Amino acid sequence: MPQIRALRRVASLLTTPLSPEDFLGLVNPLSSTRQLRGVVTRVTRETPESTTIHFRPGKGWNAHEAGQWARIGVEIDGVRQWRSYSLSAAAGHDPAITVTAIGVVSTALARHTTVGDVLFLDTPQGDFTLPEHPRPLLMLTAGSGLTPVMSMIRTLVPRRPDADVVLVHSARTREDALFHDELLELADQFPGLVVKHWYTREGAAPAGAGEAHGRRLDLETTTDLESLCPDWRDRAAYACGPADFLDAATALWERDGADDEHAGLTIERFAPVLLPGTGGEGGLVTFEKSDKEFDAPGDVTLLDAGEECGVVMPSGCRMGICRSCLTPLVAGKVRDLRTGEVHGEEGDLIQTCINAAAGPVHLDI
Amino acid sequence: MTTLVNAPVNTPPLAPSGTPGARAAAPVPAPGAPASAGRRKPVLAASGGPANRPAAAAHLSDAQVEQLGRELDALRDKVIASRGAKDAAYIRRVIKVQRGLELAGRATLLVSKKKGAFVAGTAMLSVAKVLENMEIGHNVLHGQWDWMRDPDIHSTTWEWDFVSPAASWKHTHNDLHHTWTNVLGKDKDVGYSILRMDASEPWHPANLGNPVYNAILAPFFEWGIAIYDLELEAYKDGEKSKAELVRDLKATGRKVVRQFTKDYAATPAAAMVFGSGKQALIGTFTANAIRNVWAHSVIFCGHFPDGVDTFTEDEIEGETRGDWYIRQMLGSANISGSKLMHLMTGNLSHQIEHHCFPDLPSNRYAEVAVALREICDRYGLPYTTGPLPKQVGSAWAKVFRLALPPKKAATA
Repeated sequence: MPQIRALRRVASLLTTPLSPEDFLGLVNPLSSTRQLRGVVTRVTRETPESTTIHFRPGKGWNAHEAGQWARIGVEIDGVRQWRSYSLSAAAGHDPAITVTAIGVVSTALARHTTVGDVLFLDTPQGDFTLPEHPRPLLMLTAGSGLTPVMSMIRTLVPRRPDADVVLVHSARTREDALFHDELLELADQFPGLVVKHWYTREGAAPAGAGEAHGRRLDLETTTDLESLCPDWRDRAAYACGPADFLDAATALWERDGADDEHAGLTIERFAPVLLPGTGGEGGLVTFEKSDKEFDAPGDVTLLDAGEECGVVMPSGCRMGICRSCLTPLVAGKVRDLRTGEVHGEEGDLIQTCINAAAGPVHLDI
Repeated sequence: MTTLVNAPVNTPPLAPSGTPGARAAAPVPAPGAPASAGRRKPVLAASGGPANRPAAAAHLSDAQVEQLGRELDALRDKVIASRGAKDAAYIRRVIKVQRGLELAGRATLLVSKKKGAFVAGTAMLSVAKVLENMEIGHNVLHGQWDWMRDPDIHSTTWEWDFVSPAASWKHTHNDLHHTWTNVLGKDKDVGYSILRMDASEPWHPANLGNPVYNAILAPFFEWGIAIYDLELEAYKDGEKSKAELVRDLKATGRKVVRQFTKDYAATPAAAMVFGSGKQALIGTFTANAIRNVWAHSVIFCGHFPDGVDTFTEDEIEGETRGDWYIRQMLGSANISGSKLMHLMTGNLSHQIEHHCFPDLPSNRYAEVAVALREICDRYGLPYTTGPLPKQVGSAWAKVFRLALPPKKAATA
């Protein structure tokens, strides 16, 4: 639209240093091209702890592929908080996330989101996606790890008569099992989908295709897998769930699964890679763009550490008041030398002149 | 060196062993350009105090000053712990009102052939510009709202409706002025390198013109600040490299062109369609002048009225955190008045609170002021404040007084 662009340029002569969107934002918050936003269109309770939030994204969103995730930003006590969520809706539909109330951000989203709320968005990412060519699939999921797989099932099963999918989903009880009824309906309707629920809680009432085992699915040996899905080795496997569940699955496939003749395993981890570090002890500071490292004691500021190893660090007052030194944190925790507070999340802008490393730290400079 | 776990003292560690005070800023200075060495950075002492404290605080012992520092740190922590959705809603509301006024004012100026429209449009645009610079721009650039993590209301992304670019302002104001507050020879805001604003500065016949210079500066204040922010003196003294100066000149030049085009070309051109070109030009010029005079007046009330101290470099040698706080209090003056006054001054009417805590949200200074005043009383420290006319008069009186040569027998 060259006319629109020309109009924008003319309008910005009158709005500088702001952009015309800054004024349009007074009436339509979705008009910002600088910050991608979405408006919540529907909120559905899935289980006592989980909620699906459907939203209509503004300009700049890319349609998601089944299995992908997106960063979602929400304001809690005035502070923008970002978390990554798998998109549970089928590809080609407006996106939705299914959030389980664990942790501050997810709890706020699951319990307090209402239609009309504005969410901040980042475009869909991730390569936990369906294979290019049709092949038999095995989905191993636990808890909220079902969400990306649900998007795959919703996308694939109704559209492909040749679909051949076995889903083994672990949940504590039937009440906790996400999308329980919908999965059973899909399995009834489409012979290409087999759903097996595995309930881990003692005495969980068996229901539908589910079985209560009073224990977790055992991935240390192949016994459980053989009984649930005898041809598991021949299927392209996808697993998503808690870290130990994924570690066990990875080890099992490495031991007994994939080889030249058999399909492999693709996993999706929810938990971010956290650097170890408890605070106070300093740590290895990595200056990523400068490709430099510095082993900083706990009482040396990140600014001094950077300057010490020759990184051109922005700086000003060197006492925490002027903010000339803000530098993005990629990973790790830092300690405010003024208060002793340990803080820092991915993407935070850190005042390097008054913060020291609390364990390994990566900075985007 | 001991680690500071749980020690609620605000003592940055001792000087880095790297090059002290290299003005590291993107882009990297050209190779061969002299790193601007020689700008010794202040590093607060962990204990003790300066050999001779400023007169107004001379009665305090090191232990008392340390205790005062702890009390102010606690005050700060209390506000930080209670920042929340209400504060976020406040700044967004101010921004919304400001943009609404800006839009309405500029739109009204397009049809300002009618006298009523001219007056209304100019008034709305003036208020919008004042709000943008004072309560929004200055405070956002201080990082007062960075805690919200909203990239649109953040010190690293904000650009303001002022000819001096935000980046230059942040350096001269946030860094130099707020660090070296009222230290003669260090804080160039004392007179902005043109006026004699302290009795200890040598008198020069050119100073006789100070009231005239200041009267001319007021309506063109933003231009004065833009030139001031270029730090030509630092370049002359070799503290600023040529590469840095060229970089700043380019950035300022670009900003000047954009600002000038908006107010003095694009707006009148659009108004010509409605036969109001000339009136719109007069309107935008008037709005800028009103904002400039207002900003100049408020800022002159911050550090120049009677009762405000200046400091020598040896008075700050050995400063602790508590001493630094005391210098901010003694070197600043407030303006008393209504809520509207605080809003229109961008809460610089709480200059003392702002200087102690430059990065606390401005809407919280009023509550900080109550506690700070009580602390000043308890420690026997002055707390300078007064209504706007009195403070403006006092600052102007100083301009006139110091324009004249010192009397032979004058006592400083």
